[in-house]
Amino acid sequence: MHASLTADGALGLDGVFRRPDSRAALSATTASDQHEADRRRAAWMAAAQAGDRRAYERVLADSLPLIRAAARRQGVPIDNIDDVVQETLLTVHRVRHTYDPSRSYDAWITAIASRRAIDALRSHGRRDRRELHDEQVLDMQTDHADATLDTEREQAARRLHAAIATLPPGQREAVEQLALRERSLAEAAQHTGRNAGALKVNLHRALKALRNRIHGDS
Amino acid sequence: MSDPRNHHALIDALGGELAPVRRLPPPWRRAAGWLLVVAAIAAALFAHYGPDGMLRRWAGTPDLAWAGVGAVLTAITAAWAAFTLGVPGRSPRWAWLPLAPALLWIGASGLGCLRDWVAPGTVVAGPHQPIGCLQFILAFSVPLSALLIWLLRRACPLRPVLTAMLIGLASAAASASLLEICHEFDAAASDLLTHALAVVLVIGINAAMGGRLLQSR
Repeated sequence: MHASLTADGALGLDGVFRRPDSRAALSATTASDQHEADRRRAAWMAAAQAGDRRAYERVLADSLPLIRAAARRQGVPIDNIDDVVQETLLTVHRVRHTYDPSRSYDAWITAIASRRAIDALRSHGRRDRRELHDEQVLDMQTDHADATLDTEREQAARRLHAAIATLPPGQREAVEQLALRERSLAEAAQHTGRNAGALKVNLHRALKALRNRIHGDS
Repeated sequence: MSDPRNHHALIDALGGELAPVRRLPPPWRRAAGWLLVVAAIAAALFAHYGPDGMLRRWAGTPDLAWAGVGAVLTAITAAWAAFTLGVPGRSPRWAWLPLAPALLWIGASGLGCLRDWVAPGTVVAGPHQPIGCLQFILAFSVPLSALLIWLLRRACPLRPVLTAMLIGLASAAASASLLEICHEFDAAASDLLTHALAVVLVIGINAAMGGRLLQSR
């Protein structure tokens, strides 16, 4: 893929005008490279399904541009693309057993990323509508100036604590150790007896659940 | 969350909890597993009612036979399509697979109403009699749908409502096929409408509830 991109840059406009068939040849090369990359990722994912950590980390890292491209195609704003990437990675981890190595890996992950992108768009759409209503309510309130900042903070904190209390034990523990007590991963791992990887995954999942819970309730 | 460096931290964390997984069998094999359960129920019904009544009805009125074949093929293709849609990256066009058999099922059932003779061993149902058909289809569709939903929750249906509708169609068609074994009424508008109502109910309930149950967590 890199070779073809370099070739594209070197050709420039003159090259394209001089040799009109070069563009077709270039796109054939690019398609062939993409196919090759797809097969490479398929092999990595097959190895990951068997428990090969190195292949798994490679295939996930190699998938990031594919996920971003799928999110962009669905119209996800640039600020939210990284959220879609994270959600897609977590989904891939959960459903990695559904991948069939005889089929395209790129099609598989692109479908998952597109779905997560649509979910993100819907979730942000709902949030935006709620925020709009909140502003209207504030406009209509005559005494909203009475609501002090402290009260608002206190309410938000109470809501956050209530949401944390509903998390599964592993996720709650990760939030308490890493976010509330601000312990380092090593300290938290030592304190809880869990490994750092599990703590990080639990924290990611907890943050996702809290975001959904708090925006869902508000 | 939006720092790209976090992606690598997450990848690292996910790598840390990686365990080998058992790959999902291909959709046709999973559909075959579900159809085996349907076949076992059919075998039990045949053991109880015997095949003679159904074969006599089908020999005397080919439209009933075609409707039965259409229902069986609808169940097979809808289940296959549902399992295929449970795998990310498969084309949503798979949802059209049961269309032709469903048209055969509906068309042959409708044609039966235009016949001017009554199928052997049956009667034309009165206005309240087909309620038994409705109960039969619903009673069998519920466990068959539940089994399909349970099997599909192990997969990753990215279009949960469409998949749930296919589950409903497969279950309703399978239940209608089972009903053929012991159906005592000839095709008539009231009977056909009851069957149609049962199928629509099963698909609707699945779309409303199954869609939620299949949502990816």
